[in-house]
Amino acid sequence: MKILVPLKRVSDPDNANKIKVGAGKVETTGLEWKPNPFDEYAVETALRLTENGTNAKARLGEVTVVTFGPKETETTLRAALATGADKAIRVDTTDDAIDGDLLARALKALVEREKPDLVLLGKQQVDGDANQVAQLLAEYLGWPQATFAGQITSEADKALLVSREVDGGSIKLRVTLPAVVSVDLRIVNAVGVTSMHTPPTHKYSDGVRFAALMAIMAAKKKSLTEVKLTDLSPDTALKIKYTGFDLPPARKAGVKIKTVAELVQKLKTEAKVL
Amino acid sequence: MPAATDEDGKRVFEKPQLPGPFGDKVPPTMPDFLDLSRHFTPEERAVRDTVRAFVDARVLPVIADHFEKGTFPNDLIPEIAKLGLLGCNLQGYGCAGLSEIGYGLAMQELERGDSGIRSFASVQGGLVMYPIHAFGSEAQKEKYLPKMAKGEIIGCFGLTEPDWGSNPSGMRTVARDDGDSFVLNGTKRWITNGNLAHVALVWAKLGGVDGQVHGFLVPTDAKGFEARPIHKKMSLRASVTSELILEDVRIKKDQLLPGVKGMKGPLSCLTSARFGIAWGVIGAMQACFDCAVDYAKHRVQFAGKPIASHQLVQAKFAEMLTQITTAQLYAVEVARHKEAGTLRPQHVSMIKRNNVRSALEIARTCRDILGGNGITLEYPIMRHLMNLETVSTYEGTHDVHTLILGQEVTGISAFE
Repeated sequence: MKILVPLKRVSDPDNANKIKVGAGKVETTGLEWKPNPFDEYAVETALRLTENGTNAKARLGEVTVVTFGPKETETTLRAALATGADKAIRVDTTDDAIDGDLLARALKALVEREKPDLVLLGKQQVDGDANQVAQLLAEYLGWPQATFAGQITSEADKALLVSREVDGGSIKLRVTLPAVVSVDLRIVNAVGVTSMHTPPTHKYSDGVRFAALMAIMAAKKKSLTEVKLTDLSPDTALKIKYTGFDLPPARKAGVKIKTVAELVQKLKTEAKVL
Repeated sequence: MPAATDEDGKRVFEKPQLPGPFGDKVPPTMPDFLDLSRHFTPEERAVRDTVRAFVDARVLPVIADHFEKGTFPNDLIPEIAKLGLLGCNLQGYGCAGLSEIGYGLAMQELERGDSGIRSFASVQGGLVMYPIHAFGSEAQKEKYLPKMAKGEIIGCFGLTEPDWGSNPSGMRTVARDDGDSFVLNGTKRWITNGNLAHVALVWAKLGGVDGQVHGFLVPTDAKGFEARPIHKKMSLRASVTSELILEDVRIKKDQLLPGVKGMKGPLSCLTSARFGIAWGVIGAMQACFDCAVDYAKHRVQFAGKPIASHQLVQAKFAEMLTQITTAQLYAVEVARHKEAGTLRPQHVSMIKRNNVRSALEIARTCRDILGGNGITLEYPIMRHLMNLETVSTYEGTHDVHTLILGQEVTGISAFE
């Protein structure tokens, strides 16, 4: 099976307090970057679908990772190559020159070029939280889609049985390939992914795999090609523009209450919960 | 970042929690005051981040319990091996072939977890795989290195003896040439991994106590070989330390390391492992420092202010940040010498001596900042502090490295 996984780097949430909010733009100078965690789960899912877990080194399919960004974002691609992805593509652009719709249209062109059987995405980016690309891409391609996958069973690599997480339970649906699937956190549980390549006795560990140090060195030699955004989508006009960012208002200081009577009084008159 | 305020209207910063790939724990900030990581290659940064994530996910959740019980986390051995940490700066034979800075960063991140875990990797890689790689026959390399990199064969390094520590050249362990085999007799002590090991690299004098020192690869299941664990340690508790007793241990002739004789053999191993220690303790310093900074910002005493606002506490942090930065600079510069082939053992003496001393001082200062809480295993500081007492002594004590540097300056050896 050939799988395409779009990846994005996001600002390290641990450094989030360094963000300066300028006019209509988040100041990114000095931020540290991490791969979007849901995208890492998508890479892990793709790897599990294209290997025999008992001998992960022998690849039984092809995983291509793609990111949209400047030269520095190749670090994110190399990290994915080090964990086992087979090749990488960087579409040269910057964050403020793309929106979800343009991304979906460009990905459609890339899918037509790369001809994957499956596009696996993280359910959303933890910076913009837009949660659009998988849905738009499926629509533009005319492919079946399954979002928020918590469990995937590959049926002879012809169809996927996907368990989607919804409020209070899960929905199971079958999508025939080719398809677009976005994944949720639970997909990287030990039993998140099942395929005919890995014997059911094999136990994955929870979470995404660590890149072996040797694989980090070897990832330098894997194919990483650069594509221009205009080669994929000549129309680069944005449909969504960010117009402003505000920090949440500072919370007011609380008050200390001396008696129960005063508390009840405040609950009645100020909080109005009694 | 939302600028939330606490009940007194002061700004507080909460770390956002994220369902990260390595659990929900957001890694603490690491002091890199001079942004030295800008000198690292993307691969070196990736190595650091990978080992850091591994330590956060696998080592930190279990290490305090192992320390308290005095056990080594054996189940981590296959994971450490799978990550490629064993002998990771060696080329070929299934080793990762990292740069020296990459190797140093890997040791740093392991020791941010615990000195015992780093010691396990140092001994396997720096003290056993390195000499086999440097001085072994092709057959020995093929036989041992790939399996040692995979953690299927564990090694230990037998140099120190009960009566010969800082002066190992006085060793009493001897090997006798007996036709088609060597016969070894003697006792080694303070041997990390001794009771885990499948093979012991034993340094012994060939032909009697006046003979030359050679390295012998002794299978630990050989008749007459016994490893006894050393108990009642108050330091490196999450590490196996043993005494090795060799009584007429007969090994095949091809178990001798052919490429080296004399004290140069063990001493070159120590140079390689001390380099890893000098990097490793930076991780211990960072663990203590990060913990103390976090604690000081949240511990409120006197007038409702966090103790981080007190001048004496700030002075401590300023001093510690300077010490950590100095240690990092030393380590990077010495790694560059090692890569260029211009490294001298005296360089390593300076960074081992300086960095371990700084780490000990920082651990003590951080323990002080945490007050009573600092002595518990709820925080990593006391564990690091106790470990570092060993790290200060092993692989050349602080004082021995002082005298090596004294000799470097004056040309006069104080050892004789």
